[in-house]
Amino acid sequence: MAHINLENDLPGIRGLMAYSPETEKPLNLLAETLLRDDDNTLSRGDRELIGTYVSYLNDCFFCQNVHGALAGHYMGCNIEEIDAIKQDFTSTEISPKMKALLAIAARVQIGGKAVTEEQIEAAREEGATDKEIHDTVLIAASFCMFNRYVDGLATWAPQDRQFYVNRAPQRAEDGYISSVFK
Amino acid sequence: MPYIALEDHLPGITGLLEYSKGTAQPIRELTQFLLRGPSTLSEAERELIATVVSHGNQCTFCTTAHTAAADLLAGETETAASVKQNIETAPVSDKMKALLTIASQTRESGRAVTAEAVARAKDAGATDVEIHDTVLIAALFCLYNRYVDGLGTALPAEPGYYDVLAGRLVNHGYTRLPQGYDHLKKTFTTN
Repeated sequence: MAHINLENDLPGIRGLMAYSPETEKPLNLLAETLLRDDDNTLSRGDRELIGTYVSYLNDCFFCQNVHGALAGHYMGCNIEEIDAIKQDFTSTEISPKMKALLAIAARVQIGGKAVTEEQIEAAREEGATDKEIHDTVLIAASFCMFNRYVDGLATWAPQDRQFYVNRAPQRAEDGYISSVFK
Repeated sequence: MPYIALEDHLPGITGLLEYSKGTAQPIRELTQFLLRGPSTLSEAERELIATVVSHGNQCTFCTTAHTAAADLLAGETETAASVKQNIETAPVSDKMKALLTIASQTRESGRAVTAEAVARAKDAGATDVEIHDTVLIAALFCLYNRYVDGLGTALPAEPGYYDVLAGRLVNHGYTRLPQGYDHLKKTFTTN
């Protein structure tokens, strides 16, 4: 049971967003801009994967399954393949640039100061641009917010992971704006 | 030196918000509502939550800026200085001690927030909305602190920068200045 009375039975962040519509709007706009804006050289799959990985490191069940299912949808991967990336991305087939960006995201999850100049250099050597590095850090930082919001208020999450996989194609179609009741 | 190219006269978060205006807009809007919108928590109390979280995350820019804003709103410097050292002995209400404890737990991890800490806040009179806002403010500053330090942003060269910033946060708020920030080029530089 959530720590506060949300007056609805929606799971995860959707329950919080229905409870607090004033904060829902900017939160969803941030997710929409960061994760879906087409003016971006990182694919939607790349960006969802960063969100998934950080949510996994923060041990947030709801977020890592929502965004893992979306990453899988965009990348054409099943849950097992997404799980393998979460557990050890270095030994998977993702691009060297994405490996360098996920390494940066993992440090952001620990704390801003944990990111090193060497990691930034390594990402640049794999072709990462300023904007890609910026977006990686901001996506990771944003999920450090989303995960804390979801778990800090003890929201509930469907335990059947297929639930998230089934919803992903429609979410990919609709986007995050006004996603609360859909 | 920041890890990406930012404007020299804009230290800390300010350069990032100008670098990426598309993402800045919802971040600013969220902050404006949480820290300046209608609430049963005072603006000074909400700045204390931001201060405690930024201090716990060792983010120098955010801690100094929100300490200055809390000080300006409260008209004294003792409270903000005290909550950073020890929430339990700081000169704040029992409700604020309980909410600042929830904020500190949220900073650690969402999963670190205990039912006991929430019960203590409710016993001290905290409403559901106050608890909700405390968790979301703390979570938001976990974003800010990581954004600011994760991209290696610069600190202002002049300590007076924070007083000017605090004045802006108190008198104008968190929305973007309509005229932008070019006027600061004359006054400030970064280290």
